[in-house]
Amino acid sequence: MRENHGGAGPLLEVRNVSLQFGGIAALTDVNLTVHPGELMSVIGPNGAGKTSLFNCITGLYRPTAGDIFFGGRRINGLTADRIAALGIARTFQNIELFSHMTTLDNLLLGRHLHMRAGFFDAAFATRRWWRNEVAQRRRVEEIMDMLDLQSVRHRRVASLPYGMQKLVEVGRALATEPRLLLLDEPSAGMTEEEKADLVFTIRDVQEELGIAVVLGGDDLRMVMEISQRIVVLDRGRVIADDVPAVVQKDPKVIEAYLGEEAMDPARGA
Amino acid sequence: MTQLIQRYEEEMALVRGGAAWTGLVLLLGALAALPWLLPGYYVYILNFVGINVIVAIGLNLLVGYTGQISLGHVGFVAIGAYAATHFIRATEASGVVAALGGPFWMAVFIGGAAAAVFGVLVGLPAIRLEGPYLTIVTLGFGLAVQQILINWPAVSGGRIGMFVPQPALGSFVLGSDRSLYYLVWTVVIGMSLVAFNLTRSHVGRAFIAIRDSDIAAEVTGVNLKYYKTLAFAVSAFYAGAAGALLAYVMQYLEPTMFNLYESIYYLAMVVVGGLGTIPGAMFGAVLLTLLQYGLSHAQEYLPVIYGGIVILVMALEPMGLYGRWLKIKLWMKTWPM
Repeated sequence: MRENHGGAGPLLEVRNVSLQFGGIAALTDVNLTVHPGELMSVIGPNGAGKTSLFNCITGLYRPTAGDIFFGGRRINGLTADRIAALGIARTFQNIELFSHMTTLDNLLLGRHLHMRAGFFDAAFATRRWWRNEVAQRRRVEEIMDMLDLQSVRHRRVASLPYGMQKLVEVGRALATEPRLLLLDEPSAGMTEEEKADLVFTIRDVQEELGIAVVLGGDDLRMVMEISQRIVVLDRGRVIADDVPAVVQKDPKVIEAYLGEEAMDPARGA
Repeated sequence: MTQLIQRYEEEMALVRGGAAWTGLVLLLGALAALPWLLPGYYVYILNFVGINVIVAIGLNLLVGYTGQISLGHVGFVAIGAYAATHFIRATEASGVVAALGGPFWMAVFIGGAAAAVFGVLVGLPAIRLEGPYLTIVTLGFGLAVQQILINWPAVSGGRIGMFVPQPALGSFVLGSDRSLYYLVWTVVIGMSLVAFNLTRSHVGRAFIAIRDSDIAAEVTGVNLKYYKTLAFAVSAFYAGAAGALLAYVMQYLEPTMFNLYESIYYLAMVVVGGLGTIPGAMFGAVLLTLLQYGLSHAQEYLPVIYGGIVILVMALEPMGLYGRWLKIKLWMKTWPM
C-alpha cells in the first residue's frame, strides 16, 4: 500500500483549517490527509475553496484557524519559500510563469533551492558557482527530456502556446524536487490532445518519481480516471472524501454539482 | 556562424565565440587608447560617463531586473561620495593605509559599502510596500539625504563645501584627468563584470523572477525578503562606489550637487538604454551623459530634452536602444529574408 511508502504516517495533514476574509468564510473546518506517493484530487464547484486551500498549504495565505502539518512538521506560519524548501511545489490556476525568461531559465529557477553557492560565489563566478550551476543544468535537462520541452529550450515562455506554458510550470515545480506536488486546474484551457498527454505526465510524476500529487480538479472525467482518492469541497467545507467510485454516487456531491450543472450543461461529470 | 554547443560551460560563458572576443578586445583597446587621443576636457567628460555607467548598471539591477523603481539613487551616490571623502581625509596620514597602496581603492569600496548599508535600510520597507508606495519611500530618501547634508555642516562642510584630496598610489599622485580616467574605467570594467556574473547566475534569475511574478518566485523557493533587500544593497553599492569616484573627479563636494534631478537622470539613462539589460544601461548612460555635456550651453533646456527623449523612446521602442540594436542584429542575421 501507498501508506507504507514513506514509512511513518501521512505526508500532509490539514487539520480543522478555516480561512476567513472579513466576514466571508473561504474555508471552514477543512480536514484532509495526503499519503506519500499518493495521487488524489480536490474537486468542487467554482468558488468551493480549492485554490484557497492550496494557498494555505503553500504559505501564501495564513489559515485563521487550524494547523497544517507536512512530514510531521507544522508549516502554517512559515513563509512560502521555507515551505517550498521542505518539499511542496505547486502550479497556478492562471499560469504564473516568469514570462520574460526562457524555458531553461524558468526551470533553472526551480533549482534555486538546490544552489549551494552564495551571492559572492555568483558575483565573482567562483569555481564553486560553476560546479553548482552546471549540476543544476544537468538536472533541468532531465526534466526537459521528460516533459518534451527541449525544442523550446531558449524560447521566451510568454511566446509559447498555452498548453506548453502549463507544462513549463509543471517542469519548474518538478525541478524543486518536491515530495508533494499541487496542480491547480492543470488542464484548464488545454485541448483534448494536451489533456491526454497531461494524464501521462501526471502518472509519470507519481509512479516514476514517487511524488505525491494533489490535483485541483477542473476536468471531472480526467479526475475520475486517474485519482486514487477524491476530496470534494463545497462552499469551503469538505463534503466527501473517498475513492472515485463512491464519490461519484454520493448524493451530497451530486447535489453540490447539480446546482451549477443546471446552469452549465456543457460541464459533464 | 553559430557553432554547436557541446558543454554547459560554453552556454554559460559571458563571451561566446571568436567574433565576440575580437569585439571585446577592440573595445578594451579603444578604452585604453582614448585618453591619449582626446584633448583633456573630453577625458574629463569621459570620467563622468564612466561614473554614470556604474550608477546606471546598479540602478538597472534594481529597476530593470527586480522591478523596484528608485527615485532616490542620488542619495546613495551622495552617501558614497561623503563616506569616501571622510575616509580619505581621516586616513591620509595613516601609515598602514599608505602601505596598502594608498586609500583610493579602499575609498571606492568604502563609498560603496556605506551606501549599501543605507540600501538595506531603504530596501527593508520594500518587503511590505510595492509599486508607487515604494517609489515614494525612495524619493523621500533621496530628498532627505540632501537636506541632512545641507543642515549638517560637520559632515558636508556647510556652505564652504568640502575639498577632496587627490588619490595617490604611494608617492604617485593620480592628479591628472588621464590617470583618473584609468581609475574610473578600471572600476567600470570590474563592476560591469560582476554585474554580468550576477545576472547570469541564480541571483539574477531570482531578481527577474521577483519582477515577473513574486508569488511564483516565493513558492519556488526564493526568499523575497532576502532578494528584495539584496537588490537594494547591490544597487546602492554601485551608486556609492560611483559617488566615491565622483568625489575624486570633482575634487569638491557640496550638497546641491545631489538633487532630485540627478535621480531622474539616472532613471532616464536606464529607461532609454533598455530596462533589464546591462549593455542597455551602459548605452543609456553614455548617450545621456554625452548629451548633457554637448548641451552645456543650453542647460536650462536639459530637463525638457531628457523628458522628450524618454517619451520618444518609450513610445517607439519600449525595450530601449539596446532592444532596438538586438532587433537590428536579428534582422541582419536573417537578411535577405
